[in-house]
Amino acid sequence: MATPQIRTGAAPQNPSKQGFVYLPLIAGWLVPGAGHFLLRKWGRGALLSASIIVMFALGIGMNGKLYTGAHDILDLLGLVGDLGNGMLYFASRALGLGADQVLVTTGDYGTRFIVVAGLLNVIAAVDAHNLRTGRKSA
Amino acid sequence: MLRPDHFTAVVLFALCASVVFGITMRDTPRRMIRYGAYCFALFAGSAIVLSWVMFFIAR
Repeated sequence: MATPQIRTGAAPQNPSKQGFVYLPLIAGWLVPGAGHFLLRKWGRGALLSASIIVMFALGIGMNGKLYTGAHDILDLLGLVGDLGNGMLYFASRALGLGADQVLVTTGDYGTRFIVVAGLLNVIAAVDAHNLRTGRKSA
Repeated sequence: MLRPDHFTAVVLFALCASVVFGITMRDTPRRMIRYGAYCFALFAGSAIVLSWVMFFIAR
């Protein structure tokens, strides 16, 4: 006669799946790729981090504008995009990087690079959250 | 200050965006690479096609 298996409810869990469920989302927003690093997705995290940081750095290097306030709806959308960069945005503001006004064509490219880097960072952070909750398979 | 030409800016933009799209929109590494390459081709290809369209419109 087979002995019934007793479930104790103490099955070993993946350490990366323990803790605050929104931590990868918040960490991924603040530092590009950090959400994936917390989930031990080293390769994906490194690629995401490199892509987003390089894109942001190219934007700053092209003398792109960092939005600092919302004077109209387009400025507001730009500010929301810039805020998606998390600590990169706040550090750049603190260091006085980025142009106040776009004076050259490449500055306009740079402004778009910075905004899109922020939006891509939000996508990456949400992806880390989906991995954490199991909505996306590893 | 960096001053890339328009096409170089498009390629750099496409490269970074495609990597993020590939990783976040697909589940397996093989599908990530294929989708990333697909996005890159669409970004760069559409820029080339639209550039030629504008060239012929302007003539």
